[in-house]
Formats: sequence, C-alpha cells, structure tokens
Amino acid sequence: MEARELTLRYGTKTAISKISLAILERQVTALIGPSGCGKSTFLRTLNRMNDLIPGTNHTGTILLDSMDIYDRSVDVVDLRRRVGMVFQKSNPFPKSIFENVAYGLRVGGMKDKNELNTRVEKSLRGAALWDEVKDRLNESALGLSGGQQQRLCIARAMAVEPEVLLMDEPASALDPIATAKIEELIHELKAQYTIAIVTHNMQQAARVSDRTAFFYMGELVECGPTEQIFTNPREKRTEDYVTGKFG
Amino acid sequence: MDRQAVMQQGLAETIPVPRLSPEARRRQLREKAIAGFITLMAFTGIAALVLILVFVAKEALALFTEAEARHEASLSKMFLPQVVRQNRPPAFVWQPVSGVPKVSMIPLFIGTLKTTAVSMLVAVPVGVFGALYAAEFAPRRLRELLKPVIELLAGIPSVVLGFFALMVMATFLQDTLGLNTRLNAVVAGLGLALAIVPVIFTVAEDSLTAVPRSYREASLALGATPWETAWKVVLPAAAPGILAACVLGFGRAIGETMIILMASGNAAIVSANLGDSVRSLSATIAAEMGEVVVGSTHYSLLFFIGVQLFLFTFVLNMLASTWTKRVVKKLTGSAS
Amino acid sequence: MTHASRRAVGLALTSLTGLAAFLMVAMLALILLDVIANGASHVTWTFLSQPPSDGMMGGGIFPAIIGTAALTLLMTLAVMPVGVLTAVYLHEYAPPNSRFARWVRVAVVNLAGVPSIVFGLFGLGFFILFVGKGMDRMLGHEELYWAQPGILWASLTLAVLTLPVVIVSTEEALRAVPMDHRTASLALGATQSQTLARVVLPGALPGILTGAVLAISRGAGEVAPILFTGAAYFLPDLPSRLNSQFMHLGYHTYVLATQSPDVEATRPLLYATVLVLLLLTFALNLVAVIIRTRTRRKAAGAH
Repeated sequence: MEARELTLRYGTKTAISKISLAILERQVTALIGPSGCGKSTFLRTLNRMNDLIPGTNHTGTILLDSMDIYDRSVDVVDLRRRVGMVFQKSNPFPKSIFENVAYGLRVGGMKDKNELNTRVEKSLRGAALWDEVKDRLNESALGLSGGQQQRLCIARAMAVEPEVLLMDEPASALDPIATAKIEELIHELKAQYTIAIVTHNMQQAARVSDRTAFFYMGELVECGPTEQIFTNPREKRTEDYVTGKFG
Repeated sequence: MDRQAVMQQGLAETIPVPRLSPEARRRQLREKAIAGFITLMAFTGIAALVLILVFVAKEALALFTEAEARHEASLSKMFLPQVVRQNRPPAFVWQPVSGVPKVSMIPLFIGTLKTTAVSMLVAVPVGVFGALYAAEFAPRRLRELLKPVIELLAGIPSVVLGFFALMVMATFLQDTLGLNTRLNAVVAGLGLALAIVPVIFTVAEDSLTAVPRSYREASLALGATPWETAWKVVLPAAAPGILAACVLGFGRAIGETMIILMASGNAAIVSANLGDSVRSLSATIAAEMGEVVVGSTHYSLLFFIGVQLFLFTFVLNMLASTWTKRVVKKLTGSAS
Repeated sequence: MTHASRRAVGLALTSLTGLAAFLMVAMLALILLDVIANGASHVTWTFLSQPPSDGMMGGGIFPAIIGTAALTLLMTLAVMPVGVLTAVYLHEYAPPNSRFARWVRVAVVNLAGVPSIVFGLFGLGFFILFVGKGMDRMLGHEELYWAQPGILWASLTLAVLTLPVVIVSTEEALRAVPMDHRTASLALGATQSQTLARVVLPGALPGILTGAVLAISRGAGEVAPILFTGAAYFLPDLPSRLNSQFMHLGYHTYVLATQSPDVEATRPLLYATVLVLLLLTFALNLVAVIIRTRTRRKAAGAH
C-alpha cells in the first residue's frame, strides 16, 4: 500500500501535504512525529475514514494493490474490509465479546454459525485473548480491562481478515504491562499482516517497527529502516526529534 | 537520494482498474435507497405543518369565495361593531346560530385575552421564580426532586386540569371572592395557569442553568449576595430564554382548549369584568363543531378561527425559538 | 444599604422563590389528593370491567379504557417509525449545515406549538374529508365508510400531534450514542445503514422508548384533537374496525363533567374516571423518567 503526493485539506487548512510513502507488505511501519504533525490524519486516509469528516478534500493517490482507493470503482466498504483499523481509545460495542468479534463478519454477510465460531476463536487466539475470555464469550465486552478491550478491538479488526491493519496509537491509553502485550502482539501479527502504526512513543516505534516515517508539520521528513532513523537519521529535524530535543 | 530509493521499493504502476463489482454496486444502491427513504420520512414534519395550514385554511376559504358566506360573515361583520338590534348602539355579538347570524369574533378574542391574561399573571411569576429557586437556591437533592414533580404536573392531561378547575377551584373561588357566576375568566385562567406553569418553569430553568458558573462566581466574589447575583447577573444573562419561556407559555394559553371549555362558562360576553363568563376562540371551535353543518358558513367560520389560532401560535413560536437561540449564542459565543 | 439589610432583603426574596416552587408542588399534591380522596373508593373491578349504564349514571368505563388503549396503540404504530426515522435523518444522515434539515427542525418546533384543537380541525379537514372521502370514492363505497370519524383518523391525528415528542427524544438518544461506536463499525466495513441498525439504534433504544412512552402519555390524555375525529359520547361496543368510533377516558371525563343531568350522582363516577386516567398517564411518565435517569446514569458511568 502506498501514497503518492497525497495532500489533504480540511476546508482551506492543509493537514498533510505531498506525502509519498509506501507501507511495505508484512512489515510494521511506524509513523512518528509531534502531535498535530498529520500522522493520524495520514493513517486515516488509508482506509478513507477521513471521508466521515465533512469538508475534507485531497489530491494525489493512494494505491492498494495498484488500485487507487479513491477511484470511483472502489467501494469504500470493500476497502475498509481490506484495510482494518484499531483506534487510540478502545471502542468495543456494548455487546458480548463474541458479538464484538463477529461484528465485521456478520455485516459482511456471514451467517453460518460454525464458521462464525471458528473465525471468532481464530481471531481471539490471534490477538492472544482467547485463553482469557474463552469461558465468558457471551458476557459484555465492557467488563474487560482496558488492555483486554484494546486486544479485543484488534481481534475484531482481524476477524474480517484484512490485508492491512492500521493502528492509531493503540497503546497510548494503557498501562505498561498491557502495552507490552500489545507490542508483543504486533510483533506476531506482522507475519500475516501489513501494519502501519501511529505512535508518539519513540521507544515503542523502535521496539515494534521495521520501518519508521517521521512526520513534521504535515510533511513527511524522512522515512527509512527503523534502525537507521533512530541511529543515523539523514535529516537534522529527525535527529532532533528522536533524540528528544523537541516534540 | 537514498530516501528516494526507499520510496520506490513498493511502487507499482497504476493499472486500469476494474469496474465496481456487482455486489458493491447493489450495496451502494441499497444504501442510497435507504438514505432516500429516511430523507423522505424527515419530510413528514414539514409536510404536516404545511398540510395543517392548508387543510384548515381550505375549509375556511368559503368565507372569501362564496357570495352567500361573504355576505353572512364579511370581515367587517367579524371584526367591526354591528347594529344588532334597532335603536341600540352597534355592538360585538357572537351568535352564529340564529335567524340573523351574528359573527363578531371580538367577544371571542376578549374571552381568550382575559383567560390568557389571568393565567399569565399567575404563571409567569410562579414559573420564573420557581425556576430561579430550582436553578439558584435549591439544594441539589431538592432540585432533583423538583424537576420530576414539575414533569408530572406537565403530564396531567388538560381535561383533568379542566375538571379540577370546574369541580374544585370554581367552588372555592366563588366562595372566597364572592363572584356572581361560578364559571368565569378567573377560574379558567387559574386552571390554565396550572397547564402553562410547567412550560414556563422548564424553559426558564433550562436557560438559567445555561448561564456559566463563572458569572456567578465573579459576582459573589465582588461581594454580592446570592439573591443579588441571581437577580442582577444570572437572570439578565438568561433574559432572552426567560422571555422565550413566557412567550411559549402565552402560546400554550391561547391555544389550550379543554380547560377553558370546561371552566370558563362559555358565554360570549363583552366586558372588562374578570368575574364574567367568557368564551374563547379555541373553546368555540370545540363546542360548536359538533353541531355544525359541514360546508355551512358557521362551519367555515370555525375553521377560520382555527387558522387564526394557528397563525398566532406560529408567530409566538418563531419568536420564542429566536430568543432561545439568542441566549445560547450570547452565553456560548457561537451560533448553533 | 448596609450589608445586613441587603442580606435580609435577599433572604426574603429568596424565600419567595422557594414559595413559588412550593406552590407548584402543592398544586400537584392538591390535585392528586382531591382525585384520590374522592375517586379511590369507586375504582372497583366492576367499574373497570363494565360499560356505562343508566344513562351514564352507573356502570363502569371499560369501553373507554379499551378505546383509549386501542387509540394510543394505533397512534404509536404510526408515529414511531416516522418520528424515529426523522430524528435519524437529522442526526445521522443530514449533511452538515443542510438547509433541509434546518427546515425540518423549524417545522418540528412549530408543530409542537400548534394548539391541539387545530389538530382536531386538521384531522377533520384532512383525514376525514380529504383522505377518507377520496378512499370512499376510489374503493366505491356508496355510503360513508372512511369519510366519517373513526379510530384510525383519530389515532393518525394524534400521531401528527405527538411527532415532535418522538423526534426530540430520539434525537437526544442518538446524541448519547458515542461517536466511537459509529467509527468502529464503519472501520469494520459496515455500511451506514448496517451501523445504524446494529449499533446506533440499539444504543439509542432506551431513549427511543422514553420518547414512545412520553408520546403515549401525551396522546392518551389529549381530548381536543379527537372531539371531531372519532370519540363517541356513549358506545358500549368496543371498536372493532378501523373506522369505528370509540369511547375515551379523557372525552368521557369531559362528558361526565359538563353534560351530566345530575352532577351529584355522576360525581363518584367522574372522580373514578379521572383517577384512572391520571394513574395511566402518571405511570407512563414515571416509566419514562425511570428509563431516562437509568440510561443517563449508565452513560455517565461509562465515561
């Protein structure tokens, strides 16, 4: 998945400008930068969640499998089934754990009970949550802890088997132990998924990602292998940021 | 340079994309149909309001189009004094069912105004002061009790309030005030007050609580007493909302039917005495529509009264909503 | 003025506001006590299960209870879909700053202020004389069938009257559903209508129910709109068809209170009828209040 010369405006205010960035397959790409730099906005354009905000318009293209996702021939519903998203604040539905995970499958038209069961179990195992919840699948998801809720949201996103998983600061609201679990999970997921993760936590970016993109003031300053970005950045601004001089 | 190279890693040429899949197209069509249906449903509210005006006006139209009706109930006969009996000064008389129908609406207007005036005189102070108490002075517990109680009062059907005015208040007032007629403008007005106090209270309380806490704190910090703060700072800040509350109450009072029908005595008397029986616009429709011949002049007249009631309350509502918006705008600094 | 006297004046006026609040509560209590004291002893099983007899001076109010129930049921069936979908349009579908949505809001606010007697005229002029007549002509009824007062027309009239109640409470309920739930659903590849049906409406259900209950309570008590659209003075038979006339608790109250040949004889019947009507509307209001406070508390607890 990649963006080419992507510019996005809210009304007349430019949120991100001329971003060209590839999210490589089966790798974790971390988007870092100070708050308001456009990294979340960029992430949200990748599955067109920004469509929901009135007054946005964009130029440039985003390609998924060489198809422009803003092309008229792409249905946004299909796109979002292929590009899943996990949000900053865990947002399970006030339904049972099972129904939360099965949600994407059900709206996609899956009715077969056995198939649903299999997929739900698979997703929950994938999100390393199965052992904790297998005895209370029919209880409300709101009874889970914050970290469990976030992993449930990851399981929910994985259930529809998307190709790309977008994560918008998935661990920012969690305690260190829950965060560690999420990071471990991300590490395991990249065997199957292409992942883009927004984080304001540079240690986290360094720990989980293969590649890192540094955003500043709506522009992409630098992008490269994570190790290089953190140890040997090309740009002065990147260096200042990763060494903690601002941000 | 290196950056450029890295970026090119994942690049692939744009190839001509296939058309929207049939499934996606069906889905989009369905979504469009659903959105269209919902929008259509939303049209009902507008349609209802327009249809009310159109169909009530339609039945009244004969007054202006048919010669006989125009003669029998011309605008001057409705609104100007008429010679009713030989050798008497011209007067306003509502007697639509008689040898020579007398169709002056002035007695009905007077009746409506009298009952409304009585009810407003009582309901505005009680409603606004009650709201002030709830918003400014009441302990939290009491306020939380007060609001549902007022909601219950608002939930009493007007026919029950009419019954109460008729059975209890009328007797009580006749005994204490020594009025000649048992059912009169005062009884009906007080019964009406029971119906509009909750309206005034609710809207006034809403706009009082919308006043930011900082206003109060600033005033109290300057040494003003709680009363002075409430009266000189909070109340003026919420003034448009209070005004809206009163206007809404006024609109309700003009249009309210059952209470007046039951407790006003229903005699179309032109006088300034609040102790006389009165006949209001709304009660006239309710009382006479049952016996009227469809299509007759009298029938059209009743619908014409309906048109007038509709227009009065429409104007009052528009005023009230403008003022409510103003209070929001003033206090939040944004138009919404 | 000294500070002490300012305080004293303030205190006096403050107690005056307390008095106003007390007065409202006292009036409610007075009405309730009067109705209960005079009516409770007469509300018996016979009273609830028998039609009126002896020229309305005896018997019970069974047909009026059933008539009121049937009327409000039909009304609810008519008003809920329209009201809920209108609110859904306003809150979920309308584009921001939509002029149409603004018009709808203005119309709803004004609809709420139209006097109930005008709704009665509307019901007569529109439903009976226009729609009903048109239906009779189209369906080939020689005699009046639809073009006469009946329970269908009365309930539709009340549905129009209660439409604003439903719209306002539904919109409030929709506002209480967290935006997060909508985004989560859409991000999972649900369409807007699926999000609505599976996430938004279930989340708003308690608020929608509150609206329904409030509408029923309002509709059950209104008399003016049904005066000429279907309420009957005396009709021991229960409404059996959509064009049947019907007895109604509120209308029955009006009739007993104003048109009784012997006021003293009907007084207990009248009080008992009012008590039943009041109990009905209060029970409904109470249910609405309970649902609402419970959901508000829940919503507050979730954040």
